[in-house]
Amino acid sequence: MYLRDLITLTSSSFLTYRMRSFLTGLGIAIGIAAVILLTSIGEGLHQFMLAEFSQFGTNIISVQPGKTQTQGGNVGIFGSVRQVTLEDADALRRLPYVQYVIPGLVGNAEVRFEGRTRRTMVLGEGRDFSKAFTMKVQSGGFWTDADDEQARAQVVIGAKIQQELYGSRSPLGTYLRIGGQRYRVVGVMESKGQILGMDMDDTVFIPAARAMELFNRSGLMEVNVSYRADVPADTMIRLIKERMIERHGREDFTIISQEQALEVLSSVLDILTFAVGALGGISLLVGAVGILTIMTMAVTERTAEIGLLRALGAREKQVLVLFLSEAMFLSALGGLLGLLLGVGIAQGLHLLFPALPVHTPWLYAVLAELTAITIGLAAGVAPAMRAARLDPVEALHAE
Amino acid sequence: MIELQNVCRTFTVGDQQVAALRDIDLRLDAGEYISIMGPSGSGKSTMLNMLGLLDRPSSGTYLLDGGNVTELNDEQQARVRREKIGFVFQSFHLVPRLTAAQNVELPMILAGIPAEERNARVRVLMQNYGLSDRADHKPDQLSGGQRQRVAIARATVMNPTVLLADEPTGNLDRNTGWEVLKLLEGLLEQGITLVLVTHDAEIGARAHRCIHMLDGRIISDERQEK
Repeated sequence: MYLRDLITLTSSSFLTYRMRSFLTGLGIAIGIAAVILLTSIGEGLHQFMLAEFSQFGTNIISVQPGKTQTQGGNVGIFGSVRQVTLEDADALRRLPYVQYVIPGLVGNAEVRFEGRTRRTMVLGEGRDFSKAFTMKVQSGGFWTDADDEQARAQVVIGAKIQQELYGSRSPLGTYLRIGGQRYRVVGVMESKGQILGMDMDDTVFIPAARAMELFNRSGLMEVNVSYRADVPADTMIRLIKERMIERHGREDFTIISQEQALEVLSSVLDILTFAVGALGGISLLVGAVGILTIMTMAVTERTAEIGLLRALGAREKQVLVLFLSEAMFLSALGGLLGLLLGVGIAQGLHLLFPALPVHTPWLYAVLAELTAITIGLAAGVAPAMRAARLDPVEALHAE
Repeated sequence: MIELQNVCRTFTVGDQQVAALRDIDLRLDAGEYISIMGPSGSGKSTMLNMLGLLDRPSSGTYLLDGGNVTELNDEQQARVRREKIGFVFQSFHLVPRLTAAQNVELPMILAGIPAEERNARVRVLMQNYGLSDRADHKPDQLSGGQRQRVAIARATVMNPTVLLADEPTGNLDRNTGWEVLKLLEGLLEQGITLVLVTHDAEIGARAHRCIHMLDGRIISDERQEK
């Protein structure tokens, strides 16, 4: 028997019992739609969070002064523990696998250019800032002074600062007053927008050593270490910890790795996705019972037809395949309907609430469809076997 | 070419053994026109099912074209049915979902014959049986006579050597019944062996050889020259 003929025969019974087939398929469709819809939202959230986090670039480990046991606020910044310094940053730079080390601190100051002033966020950073974090410089670039300690008074300004203070003029080469001191403008950042509530465009970047002077501080708030992508985070954390303990004598600092934060987030989302999958699984089970019921009815109703097929020379196996493929056809169509429903509702929700990120991974869609077909197959086995094993003579005389 | 040797068939009903066929010895030659008659329960339907390999003898041997078909497995028997045997039933047994043409096509679909060849064969048969304009009708849109003609087309589309007809005119009025009978008898010219099971003595008497059965036994076997 050719596949095309099998499809014709299978779809003929589907078309004859349209309503019944539709309702049976609907059971599967609802299950698949639920799974697809909820995983779409889950995956959308996942990707959204991932994007928010990794906007700063991945493979970055942050070292902060003060040992914290919890996720609470870091009092070490103002406390009496030993500071994390530019020397610490230099020492970390000599570790293996390290690409960039960015010392950092943050404060607020008034910036002024030719009579226009603005209070803004001042980030003290290192010269490799734009390379380590995925932030692009629109024009000019970061300072290149090799020695962080001796870096001259230079500034890279955010897009908003340029807009507010300079308008259409080019700021490169001009001098900007920050907290009363003169800084030469060497670069302008590309607009980045808000990241986790911080406006990254309303910002100026100056060398960390200058920021320490400006804010009258003797230590850094953090040192960010970017490392090679092929090195596991754990290895890098161990290396950094060893080096810092070596320098400080004890663990009076906190290491925060992006990867760890993402892992925690991922595992929470995974549990959610699993729970949703289990719920969908229950409705799929109900759908499977529907298919089992309808196929059992079909075998009973069409007993005479089965007898006829046997008389016309159908093998037991052909009868089996015919009924199995009917069950699979039902569930495959139901699955397809469920996919369309799920994706449709997900996209509809996204249109209604643009803030809700949705994303349907192709793999999930394919897996869902395969699951639907497998369910049809499993539910169809018992009725199809019964059909195949009917005694031809008795079957022929059933009316 | 068909030979039954000592064939018995017993059914178990409750805890009783009921014999439907008892020690049947029968030889049918190619191209013969045979009628099998007898009252209900005489075993004539069981005999037909036995000849059509739908039923297996409880004991005895069935030789078809010299080969012992009693010992074949399901797949081999299905193949013999497909290639050598055609069935025509009293209640037509058309698949209601399929068109007349698709019903005729069914045995060829099961045999895995390519679509082009099937279409060609179906077209010729439908034309021969005067069904060309009914090809795309579903069975419930056809008259009884037309339905039985579709069924005969289906039974002969694989060019079988034996055609087994179980009361083929039983559900038809007299005139239509005669037309169907003429159609079946016309197949004899192609060398087919026609076995007709019937209640109707008038129809049974048309055969070249009349077999009467009673209680699972052949009680008379008469040849008549026509």
